[in-house]
Amino acid sequence: MSDLQSQDYIRRSASTMTPPSARNHEEEVAKLIDVSRCIGCKACQSACMEWNDLRPEIGHFEGSYQNPADLGPSVWTLMKFAEYENEQGNLEWLIRKDGCMHCEDPGCLKACPARGAIVQYANGIVDFISDKCIGCGYCVKGCPFDIPRISKTDHKSYKCTLCSDRVSVGLEPACVKACPTGAIMFGSKTDMKHWAGERIDELKSRGFDKAGLYDPQEVGGTHVMYVLHHADKPSLYSGLPDKPRISPVVSAWKGVIKPLALIGIGLAALAGFFHSVTVGPNEVTEEDEVEGERALREKENTP
Amino acid sequence: MSRPKTVIIRYTALNRVNHWITAICFVLLTLSGLAMFHPMLFFFSELFGGGQWMRAAHPWIGILLLLSYIGLIIQFWRENLPNKDDAAWMDSMKYVVTNDEEHVPPVGRNNAGQKLVFWSMTLLIPVLFFSGILMWEVYFGAATSIPVQRVAVLIHSLAAIAAIIVWVVHVYAAIWIRNSVRAMTQGYVTPGWAWRHHRKWLWELASGQHGKNVIRKRP
Repeated sequence: MSDLQSQDYIRRSASTMTPPSARNHEEEVAKLIDVSRCIGCKACQSACMEWNDLRPEIGHFEGSYQNPADLGPSVWTLMKFAEYENEQGNLEWLIRKDGCMHCEDPGCLKACPARGAIVQYANGIVDFISDKCIGCGYCVKGCPFDIPRISKTDHKSYKCTLCSDRVSVGLEPACVKACPTGAIMFGSKTDMKHWAGERIDELKSRGFDKAGLYDPQEVGGTHVMYVLHHADKPSLYSGLPDKPRISPVVSAWKGVIKPLALIGIGLAALAGFFHSVTVGPNEVTEEDEVEGERALREKENTP
Repeated sequence: MSRPKTVIIRYTALNRVNHWITAICFVLLTLSGLAMFHPMLFFFSELFGGGQWMRAAHPWIGILLLLSYIGLIIQFWRENLPNKDDAAWMDSMKYVVTNDEEHVPPVGRNNAGQKLVFWSMTLLIPVLFFSGILMWEVYFGAATSIPVQRVAVLIHSLAAIAAIIVWVVHVYAAIWIRNSVRAMTQGYVTPGWAWRHHRKWLWELASGQHGKNVIRKRP
């Protein structure tokens, strides 16, 4: 997305300074996707393409309703279709709208090396500021949900913006507007949790006793949440991670190793400098030259 | 000090060209790599025409470095094979760092420290190359799974830091032991330099083991 708001950042990639955050009196927002009400019509996919002017290349039928097969630089949201046979032997068609989860603690932002290429606004939306993106793919490694995709054309990383441009002027995201069943709701995170609670109670009363809210605390909660009928097994829904977290490998790489490495390199250089100003250079003396010449001559003369 | 009339060729023109190609690649890779490693050093990206150019150039420079370093391995592996002098030299480290060479046992063409630099880089550069390939988003982004790439990034960072520290030691040693840089720029050292730092090598030269034409009149 373009850099619409630059005074309400709460996080900014590759920055050691406090980001500009004077205009941060914003309510945290959330999108609530009620999987139990989704009919798989893909209106959200179309609305996303329409609002964001995205046109993925036409692909091939792969024997599934899921089309295109995967998220991409021009596919920011995707209905994922999973067939699940439950304990009673009945088929359940689990359809989940996949896309960026807008983590409270975003792994992509933590991994990003380019200053300000990934930001998080005070309302919780995680946004890619594309002109600053260098295309390294570190966000792909940082993301616990396998969301960002790098374009082969412009070498920039893309994902759902949660329609930050629409939200900043008080509109709901395009997918929310388009959803015909009300399966996608948008509002303050508090309201969305409250609404989810009502839905979950209703699902439980209908026999889905494992129904629940997907708002994984391992990443500090997310600004896109799901109501799942099988909240005990999120992975049933086309591999939604059961316990998403920023990989400890990424945390080590972008955490403790960063300062230690600079300190290590700095100490090595300083050790050299102070060795130089205390012990000083190791210079060849005139005596060495005499000895050296003599050693060469002596052996040469005695073949 | 009287200028010695004879000099000894320590590095041939091929050695030197190969070394400096490696050195240029290494410096460029260090700058671009550190820029992508630590936010405070991201400004190095400007030296490469911006972040996108830097990200695109880094792996290609890496390939060049590997090829160039293979050239150095071919030319220098033999003289860096460990021998019994190495342990004795390491034991006398406290005399080495205080410039007290009278108490350091004589060594051949390379001392144990130089061999350590050579073998460290011989280990680290291929590690950097293979881990780097796995992170090369443009061509290999889809070749391995994301968990594999995460480990590759970690290994790449750790190996790079180790290589940079080895490089700092290498550069400082070259400055500290005066006239070593000239061996790698103009190619020659004086008999006094060889006597002081590589006495066994000087004896080998004197007995003609390395041929006559390495000992020349000063250019």
